[in-house]
Amino acid sequence: MLLDVRGLKKVYEGRQRPVEAIRDLTFGLDAGDLVCLVGPSGCGKTTLLKCMAGLLAPTEGEVRLRDKRITGPPPGMAVVFQEYGRSLFPWMSVRDNVELPLRNKGIARRQRQDLVAQALAVVGLADAHHAYPWQLSGGMQQRVAIARAVAYQPDVLLMDEPFAAVDAQTRADLEDLIRDLWRKLGVTILFVTHDIDEAVYLGQRVIILSSSPTVVREVLGVDLPERRDQLTTRSDSRFTELRAHVYAQIQAAKRESMEILATFGRAGSGKSSRSQSEAKSV
Amino acid sequence: MPAILGLSGLAGLLLLVEVLPYTGVVSADFLPPTHRIAAALVDEVAEGAFWSALWDTLVAWAVGLAIAVAAGIAAGIVIGAVPLLRALTASTIEFLRPIPSVAMIPLAVLLYGTEIQSTLMLVVYASFWQVLIQVLYGVQDVDPVAEETARSYGLGAWARVRYVLWPTALPYVMTGVRLAAAVALVLAITAELVIGAPGLGSRIAVAQSSNAVPNMYALIAVTGLLGVGINLAARGVERLLLSWHQSVRGEVLV
Amino acid sequence: MTNLLTRIGLALALPVVLFAAWWFGTEGSDNFYVPPLREILRTFPEVWTGERIRADVLPSLIRLAAGYTVAVFAGVCLGVLVGSRRRVRAVLEPVLEFFRAIPPPVLVPVIMLFAGIGDTMKVVVIAAGCVWPILLNTVEGVRAVDGVLADTCRSYGITGPARLRHLVLRSASPQIAAGMRQALSIGIILMVISEMFAASNGLGFTIVQFQRSFAIPDMWSGILLLGLLGLALSVLFRLAESRALAWYHGQRRAQRGLR
Repeated sequence: MLLDVRGLKKVYEGRQRPVEAIRDLTFGLDAGDLVCLVGPSGCGKTTLLKCMAGLLAPTEGEVRLRDKRITGPPPGMAVVFQEYGRSLFPWMSVRDNVELPLRNKGIARRQRQDLVAQALAVVGLADAHHAYPWQLSGGMQQRVAIARAVAYQPDVLLMDEPFAAVDAQTRADLEDLIRDLWRKLGVTILFVTHDIDEAVYLGQRVIILSSSPTVVREVLGVDLPERRDQLTTRSDSRFTELRAHVYAQIQAAKRESMEILATFGRAGSGKSSRSQSEAKSV
Repeated sequence: MPAILGLSGLAGLLLLVEVLPYTGVVSADFLPPTHRIAAALVDEVAEGAFWSALWDTLVAWAVGLAIAVAAGIAAGIVIGAVPLLRALTASTIEFLRPIPSVAMIPLAVLLYGTEIQSTLMLVVYASFWQVLIQVLYGVQDVDPVAEETARSYGLGAWARVRYVLWPTALPYVMTGVRLAAAVALVLAITAELVIGAPGLGSRIAVAQSSNAVPNMYALIAVTGLLGVGINLAARGVERLLLSWHQSVRGEVLV
Repeated sequence: MTNLLTRIGLALALPVVLFAAWWFGTEGSDNFYVPPLREILRTFPEVWTGERIRADVLPSLIRLAAGYTVAVFAGVCLGVLVGSRRRVRAVLEPVLEFFRAIPPPVLVPVIMLFAGIGDTMKVVVIAAGCVWPILLNTVEGVRAVDGVLADTCRSYGITGPARLRHLVLRSASPQIAAGMRQALSIGIILMVISEMFAASNGLGFTIVQFQRSFAIPDMWSGILLLGLLGLALSVLFRLAESRALAWYHGQRRAQRGLR
């Protein structure tokens, strides 16, 4: 197993009381997997991703990459954030943005240039080397962020709702780009989303999370054909069945948490009740 | 918690000044220990001349600031609201603004000697630009859609200034006033110090020339406290007046 | 083309009118303190000859450059140190605010105690006055580093000096530039004031000498020169800034366009 999440628990020290964002998560990714994580909004997806990326220390449990426990951002991992506008350096050209992590890795100049050119070509930005990120559209900016992650040659690529802030058509293009990259480069991808269609369309497996405090509700194998495209896959009856199943699961998760809420009279969701400074970093 | 840390920082400064002269790093003749500065401050506060100097400084500051703010707002709104005027004045404003206010000192001395008018001239000149520039930015920030809406509902020119332009520009105006208030104090003290117009500045000059070093430090501390007080008051007024505003913003990095 | 001509015309119209008003308004002036502009302009090249520029203007500018450079260096270094440690910031912020609130010219008598009346005193005065806006703005800028960008750096292993260079300093640079601009006008003020107090050469010294000896047209020409100097430095600063911060202004325009 390449990436292993074992008994992960994350409790934030809230102002009045501790908030349990994640209760107990265990799952794993093999090399070459494309797994989607989907759950109701506010279920701690971002918290989970930050724990996996080594940006946040879990309260209990552990994340292991190639059987080594993660205690800080590991070298073999790249993250693509939702806020593309804020995760690219506005003072660097597209090329420099992609190149910077490589320079830091100590890769030789020639090889660096090749990697940057390849990565930008593969995301369809071969002619945007010298532009600044803010001169590009939202979708193109996210492509730059993906190119940066690809050029970094990570063992695992973590994506945190990367397409939540782009329009629907761009989003479809980017989804196909991810499938393409995955098939061509064989990179291992964990894709976090709140969009059920997206999760089913992209993933080999879909991990469905419960509401916060979060546990794994179901791991669903997606038995759709390898080659997928927006038209035929989305109108496939198997696709419709799968998405209906995931949808039902998520609705059920929300309902249960409402019942718990009614019984215990307090919300478990963490996002609203914690401030950034209280989130302890690794 | 931050308040305690901040207080500990201030206490640390006082302690440092107390200890430094004893370590021999600096001579006590140049930097007297805190307790001597404090004693000098007590002496100053007991003197009537101190209070009249403080009063003079505050009067020059307040009158100069009031003139600059009134002139800056009026000029800013008129220039900002009329595109032709804006285009005509842009180059002149850019030209005049960077002229250092201290260049006026010899002129002020010749024209007014050591009277309060000398101080006023410098204060008004320096703080006027702060207000004007911010007001111009504020007027420029008026949402064209809001302006069109007001027009389409038949609001006259005055009503548009009153209900569209002024509320938009207000945060910028307040920023301008806050910056101008700080600049006005600096120029008031400077004019008194260099020209000798009555006020805290000239009292510092006297303390220096009569080698009353602790008194000099005490008076400088007073100017610093005055500056902090003015900043806090200006921020307080800003927050009070703009509490309705979505965000107390409207500062331009210029 | 006509557009450009109109813009040039608009930019020049008022200055020309003001110049003409000054020229003709003072043409027959017999007010001793307000000599005719013609007189001032005639005096200008006589007063500010090569020798005077070498002996007075240049020393002033060198002191300004030295003090300002020291202030930028110290302000940015300390600002980064203070800004990136939350504790340190909380402890030092009130002290720094206090120092910033002290009107810089009162530093002159204090620093004269320590550094006498030589060049060192003037450089120290300029540095000590200019450092606060740079320091406090750097603190602000460093504190406001974007959280997502900081996470990005961490997850790509960009830490230590690389982080400082590529993330912290760059993202604080618009704020630092704002502080440097404020500091520049403070620096010019202090350059003049420190020379008015105690000096044997320099722009401020010369202008005050003219005033004291009632050489009024000479004094006016000095005021004019100071004005031009202020203008020239501010134009230079602007040019440098718009080059260094092209990304920032471009980004702002892009965001404005979206609104």
